[in-house]
Amino acid sequence: MGDVRLMKGNEVIAEAAIRCGCDGYFGYPITPQSEIMETLMIRRPEEETGMVVLQAESEVAAINMVYGGASCGKKVMTSSSSPGISLKAEGITYLAGAELPALIVNIVRGGPGLGTIQPAQSDYFQAVKGGGHGDYKLIVLAPASVQEMNDFVDLGFELSFKYLNPAMILSDGVIGQMMEKVELADYKPRWTDEEIEKISGSWATNGKKAGSERNISTSLDLDSAKQEVFNHKLQAKYRAMEENDVRYEKFECDDAEYLFVAYGSSARICQKSVELAREKGIKVGLLRPITLFPYPTKQIQEMLGQVKGILSVEMSAGQMVEDVRLAVNGKVPVEHFGRYGGIIPTPEEVVEALEEKILGK
Amino acid sequence: MTEEIIIAGFGGQGVLSMGKILAYSGIMQDQEVSWMPSYGPEMRGGTANVTVILSDDRISSPVLKKFDTAIILNQQSMDKFESDIKPGGTLLYDPNGITRHPERDDINIYKIPGAALAAEMGNPKTFNMIILGGFLNVKPIVKIENVKKGLEKSLPERHHKLIPLNIEAIQKGIDSVETVVAL
Repeated sequence: MGDVRLMKGNEVIAEAAIRCGCDGYFGYPITPQSEIMETLMIRRPEEETGMVVLQAESEVAAINMVYGGASCGKKVMTSSSSPGISLKAEGITYLAGAELPALIVNIVRGGPGLGTIQPAQSDYFQAVKGGGHGDYKLIVLAPASVQEMNDFVDLGFELSFKYLNPAMILSDGVIGQMMEKVELADYKPRWTDEEIEKISGSWATNGKKAGSERNISTSLDLDSAKQEVFNHKLQAKYRAMEENDVRYEKFECDDAEYLFVAYGSSARICQKSVELAREKGIKVGLLRPITLFPYPTKQIQEMLGQVKGILSVEMSAGQMVEDVRLAVNGKVPVEHFGRYGGIIPTPEEVVEALEEKILGK
Repeated sequence: MTEEIIIAGFGGQGVLSMGKILAYSGIMQDQEVSWMPSYGPEMRGGTANVTVILSDDRISSPVLKKFDTAIILNQQSMDKFESDIKPGGTLLYDPNGITRHPERDDINIYKIPGAALAAEMGNPKTFNMIILGGFLNVKPIVKIENVKKGLEKSLPERHHKLIPLNIEAIQKGIDSVETVVAL
């Protein structure tokens, strides 16, 4: 076994960033994710790997620093919580529009507005359906454990460079503030200038080479015909993500007659609900989307011959349930159960909701 | 083996760090662990609690409503969590400052005079380790040698000189548990 520690999810994000060869972190503090930047500041990676850690003057500045770093082919990231991500939304759509790779971490808190500092999952729409303007998509990863907080930093960068598209880790105060056993990754060196040239030289604005055209990093094209062609290219990229990079996990689904669909911390709660319900003789399983975009639509559809009803469980008033309903297309009843405003549902409550909303029908 | 524990008391009693040391001890014993604190308004004064789970298997929900064991260190926490202990479960409490003692007859109840013993040892900071010792007497789910390793892992090196004192406090706790109700 490698380097095994007991760490908070937020601390692990920082540690994983250093170890995966991240070049720069730009952020602005907000609860419940401030430990990310705090841990980076304490670790001083600039002395170890050369990674830059900078507290910007605002969220807007931070996301534009990310744009700058990403334009140069660097592995750069930022993190925030809900209200801060709203401030970053403009920069995020610009990153998507300029086809730049970057990692954005959202440790969601209850909203709307400044809301509360307690955990919530009410930013699903913002992460998966847009947030900023235009027809763009983020690659959205939803960790359900501190170990996945570690693993998804590297994975997020890998996918964002694979597709030249920003990736988001969508988590919340439960996973961010909780400590679990985590096996940290081995160190990967940061890319050298030569490696960046090889990997991203065709688009990165890291200096014009003799005999080649200038690379320009922009999301602006006033020629509508060209802009439509560019949008076709983006859509083709999103379809390729749906084809190749859907990630999900099934729990007790083999003999399931009913199904929970839940992601992140709600999926952990639902695992317990599966145990409790099965003690009562209710055959329920859990499908946990790991990528929220691309969404495991086909995998939900594959369960439809087997299950009589589906309960979507989220710490929101009902956001992901829309994607479950789109997948199911009316073939079986789909209901939503959620607590929100910073309240975390208990496993018992979820079982009661299953009995009332799905079995009671 | 899965043990689902809530530790609850005042901020400053060492509730969170006791949970952390217990969780680290579990890791040293090759168990799966989770440590879920109350954060936010609570940590800015008043009550503090942490849910710690140790298990031989993968842990499902880190957030729970029912517990195998509750370690209760003030009256507010007694009022809040006594009813959340599973039937047949365990309540361990320090009677210091408790005005309404537990009333259930379907759980095991133990008390430990942690605050009094810490005062006796001349160091109030040993309080949470005395309580941890009391817990390990009642539920010996981690070995003392692994608790020692857990202390080494969770305390910064400059504090390692305090480990013998902590072990002494844990031993005092082990020796000082009083049974109130045993099923």
